[in-house]
Amino acid sequence: MSELRPDLAVIAAHVAAGSRVLDVGCGDGTLMAALRDKGCDARGLELDPANVAAAVSRGLSVVQGDCNVDLTDYPADSFDYVILSQTLQTTMRPDRVVEQLLRIGRRAFVSFPNFAHWRVRLSLLWGGRMPVTRLLPVAWYETPNIHHVTVDDFRALLVERGIEVEGSWFLTGDRPTSAAAANFRAEHAVFLLKR
Amino acid sequence: MSPGFIEHQRLVLPAPLPLDGGAALSPVEVAWQSYGTLNDARDNAILICHALTGDQYVAGRHPVTGKPGWWERMVGPGKPIDTDRFYVICSNVIGSCMGSSGPASRDPASDTPWGMRFPVITIADMVRAQVALLDALGIARLHAVVGGSMGGMQALAWAAHHPERVGRALVVASAARHSAQNIAFHEVGRQAIMADPAWKGGDYYGARGSGPAKGLAVARMAAHITYLSEEGLTAKFGRRLQNRDAKTFGFDADFQVESYLRHQGLAFTDRFDANSYLYITRAMDYFDLAEPHGGKLATAFARSVATRFCLVSFTSDWLYPTSESRAIVHALNAAGAPTSFVELESGFGHDAFLLDVPALDRVIGGFVGEGA
Repeated sequence: MSELRPDLAVIAAHVAAGSRVLDVGCGDGTLMAALRDKGCDARGLELDPANVAAAVSRGLSVVQGDCNVDLTDYPADSFDYVILSQTLQTTMRPDRVVEQLLRIGRRAFVSFPNFAHWRVRLSLLWGGRMPVTRLLPVAWYETPNIHHVTVDDFRALLVERGIEVEGSWFLTGDRPTSAAAANFRAEHAVFLLKR
Repeated sequence: MSPGFIEHQRLVLPAPLPLDGGAALSPVEVAWQSYGTLNDARDNAILICHALTGDQYVAGRHPVTGKPGWWERMVGPGKPIDTDRFYVICSNVIGSCMGSSGPASRDPASDTPWGMRFPVITIADMVRAQVALLDALGIARLHAVVGGSMGGMQALAWAAHHPERVGRALVVASAARHSAQNIAFHEVGRQAIMADPAWKGGDYYGARGSGPAKGLAVARMAAHITYLSEEGLTAKFGRRLQNRDAKTFGFDADFQVESYLRHQGLAFTDRFDANSYLYITRAMDYFDLAEPHGGKLATAFARSVATRFCLVSFTSDWLYPTSESRAIVHALNAAGAPTSFVELESGFGHDAFLLDVPALDRVIGGFVGEGA
């Protein structure tokens, strides 16, 4: 699984073999294919038709749809895990999406770029400009990231909504960062949530 | 050339065919074509289901029209449905007129053509005849069943009623039920046929060239508009005039689009039987997979969880819009069946499934061929 993006590699490594997984925003199905190799029954939801076509041609089951509206159509408790990787910050209402994830699945993996990473802070503090970084490569006027979020923001949301954290991983590139300094040092975060 | 003069490959079913309407049809002939070779394990068969006015001649030269088969671009050696790997079967639906039993066939009781005495049939009846054909061919399980439009309805009926015999179901530009709008358009076509004095209550068979050609042509013209899109018609014809520099201030076909539709209507009457058009449109109108389950479509697929589904819709198809495919996807998700769905960009309207849409080739080739 060396070809997987670092956050996806973390997720792939921690999904129990043989489980039922819904990958929301599954792209061309790279993570789903890795999970299939682990004996998982993986399904996907993806906005871009070209990505859906690519995933279908790999033999994956992917439905074209928008996680802002289409998650409500999935029955409750229909998956062991629901995965939302690097997509939370692009949704209209991230809090509602997280609630949907935990309605559909018993557990949810959520990964996102940390807007409080020191590079981002530096850019805003000293440059006075919206940051353009490795994980946030698009200028403010055309970025799909409409709800920037920090590690501490997300933690606060989980506390407020009474959502249990079963695991968390913080990464700079593909290197792990400690949880304590994560809000400053981590480029991106992966949370494993439980209802 | 009249369809009656062609020698189609046919199978006479060994037993009467029970119909949803309560009657049993006998004898039943099923005309069919195959492409590729059935392997020793007999597990590489793909059934393609044709649409309302389609037939079993998917690829190769059509014996009546002399034109290429209706899915020539999709089916053949090295094509998305690869006949080097798969044994592809397509049979003419019952009620049609390309060799399978239909209203133009002979009623053994009276030794005259059935006409309107032919029993009303349903999509499930068409599938039942296909099941009997596969039984006769010794094919217990299909690698895949594939269909667009009415063919998609048959594929859905296959998966819902015979899930143990269907590995994969590919449903393109279709629906799990006919909408009020679809029924309405069909009724316009049927009334055009029945309003033609030459229809004679359906008993027009006999001399060559008889029959309600005018009514059938109008039915086809109206239906053809529903297969296209405003975008497609504008791109193809706009307001351009047909072989003239100015309007004639008459009712000749001044506009290219009129001339095109007239040609489509006329050409259709050379290859299609008006009564078959009545019967098949009726079968489509009666189609509603959820109806026997109190309107719950998911229940119709309760046993289909081992079948893999792929649904495809097109952005400009207003006859079988994306919302219809999505309703099926929701039901399949609720039933727990492995399901894929994609809405493809195309300006061709409903007919897109027959036309040059490279993304469709990729989806079909990938879904049908992967892991096989």
